[in-house]
Amino acid sequence: MNAVTAKAKRANAFLTVFLKEVKENLRDRRTLISAFLTGPLLAPMMFVMMINISLNRELDKAEQLLKVPVIGAEYAPNLVSALKAGGVLPQPAIANPELSVRKQEADVVLRIAEAYPKAWRKGEPVQVELIFDSSQRDTHTAVERVTKLVEGYARQQGAMRLVARGLSPGTAWPIGVAQRDQATAQSRAVLMFSMLPYFFVLTIFLGGMYLAIDLTAGERERQSLEPLFANPVPRWKILAGKLAAICTFSAASLLISLAAFGVVGRFIPTEKLGMEVNLGLHFATHVLLLMLPLIALLAALQSMVAAFAKSYREAQTYLSLLMFVPIVPSAILMMLPIKPQDWMYAVPLLGQHLGIMELLRGDGLHLYQLGLCLAGSLVTALLAVLVTAQLYRSERLAISA
Amino acid sequence: MIEVKDLHKAFGTVKAVDGVSFKARDGEITGLLGPNGAGKTTTLRMLYTLMTPDRGQVLVDGIDASADALAVRRQLGVLPDARGLYKRLTARENIDYFARLHGLPEGELAARREALIQALEMEDIGDRRTEGFSQGQRVKTAIARALIHDPRNVILDEPTNGLDVMATRALRQFMQKLKAEGRCVLFSSHIMQEVAALCDRIVVIAHGRVVADESPQALREQTGENNLEDAFVKIIGSEEGLAA
Repeated sequence: MNAVTAKAKRANAFLTVFLKEVKENLRDRRTLISAFLTGPLLAPMMFVMMINISLNRELDKAEQLLKVPVIGAEYAPNLVSALKAGGVLPQPAIANPELSVRKQEADVVLRIAEAYPKAWRKGEPVQVELIFDSSQRDTHTAVERVTKLVEGYARQQGAMRLVARGLSPGTAWPIGVAQRDQATAQSRAVLMFSMLPYFFVLTIFLGGMYLAIDLTAGERERQSLEPLFANPVPRWKILAGKLAAICTFSAASLLISLAAFGVVGRFIPTEKLGMEVNLGLHFATHVLLLMLPLIALLAALQSMVAAFAKSYREAQTYLSLLMFVPIVPSAILMMLPIKPQDWMYAVPLLGQHLGIMELLRGDGLHLYQLGLCLAGSLVTALLAVLVTAQLYRSERLAISA
Repeated sequence: MIEVKDLHKAFGTVKAVDGVSFKARDGEITGLLGPNGAGKTTTLRMLYTLMTPDRGQVLVDGIDASADALAVRRQLGVLPDARGLYKRLTARENIDYFARLHGLPEGELAARREALIQALEMEDIGDRRTEGFSQGQRVKTAIARALIHDPRNVILDEPTNGLDVMATRALRQFMQKLKAEGRCVLFSSHIMQEVAALCDRIVVIAHGRVVADESPQALREQTGENNLEDAFVKIIGSEEGLAA
């Protein structure tokens, strides 16, 4: 009203909305925990667990003594000592091996028939039985180990018999297979880390989720949207301020997560798995760059979906469904190992997935791949923001039920 | 000064507002009176440009709402039907938020806010977060943030709804004060006594149409009823009879 004070310092509407949203949400414990604690730290913690499990499994395979009850050990002392040499600890015979593997009292039981010594002396083939239940937890490793040991022993004995008869052992095995694995220590890690891109997306999602709900459904439920829209500020400015607040929270979430991975990465004994993972600064900055347009895209998508909901609860339900959408590219690439094409980098989510995998593999990211990924996601994000802005202009949006 | 000319608004087949015209003058309190569902809130929502009328014109201080909605909003202080506050902000922060959205100069902000807090007698709740406020405390905060930019025109949608006797009395005195300051005060109500006690002019709305637009005295004379409540019933009743 006062023309004289027209030049006085006045707050910018966009900044006002942004600062208010940040301040208000910093005071909400649920938002804080979701954005700065559970969201960003969930993924690193899951990784530590996953890696520990596979580490233990590897150790099981190689180093630990395997306890196997042996029935009729007295019939084949040489076989049993060969097993012992291979790291199997023979246990006393048990009465009902079928039942005890089903009851998980033993993973695998070896049964040597009474006829074994007789057949052995005659030089006839003879069977030994492995009793196990493949539907039970983790018998696979144990069965494979015992089988290999028995087969190795058999081959060795067979070769000796051939030699005794004046034949070359090679006649019985005309073809040998030599395995030459081209995986590097880094590329081996990729398989395990293929869920990493999804976890980053999830972190962004969780970081901004409560703000996105608050943006429309929350404001409407507590009936503050109508007074807000009575202010002389265009709605797109209000929306922009709120989107910026969502982006800030999800970016902070991602930063915390990347920092946590950086710390955790130093303590993961990946060398023991024959892998090499570098989650350091180079990795973190590139992931952040790849994810920037995705932060805006997800903020707009979340706001769009939440705008359709009548209440906070409803919005929460919709958003938890939306959360499963970003898993699609990661899941597809895990199940169908498609060779990455250049155009795929331009597809939001898919591009980020490929980019992060490329970084993990240690091959580095080409500049044009990075550009495609950023451009594709940025254009999509812009579209999503425009659609959301259109939705935000609707008359119905402001009216509380 | 608020001027409304032949407003129409339909939701699907329901004609919520069906040709409403009236004037609310500066230095007067104008009451928008009508039963629940008569179209009062919809009329007011078109006034503060939350909704666009299907037909008709809204002029605030001579500015056409369809031409420059932002300028109209700058001239208005609005207490809408929905008066949600931000519960994690204090009363003062709630008021400041709206002040900044109005582009109030930072230098004037504090003085203006404190004057309102004093006028509305809300010093004791100023620094409390609004979560858990009583209905009366909420309305006070909502009014303070609506008037922070010192608007010439004040629109209040059922301001005394849910208030106790003391709070209602205080609010009525506050509205008289706004009138004395020369502002144009427009409020809606479905309570006869309230309108009778406050208004210089009464606009009666029923079924989305204006059925009377008079001073309280003229309304009594027109209907031949001494009691305004009887006059009100008579006006609404006869209109229903016409519609049937």
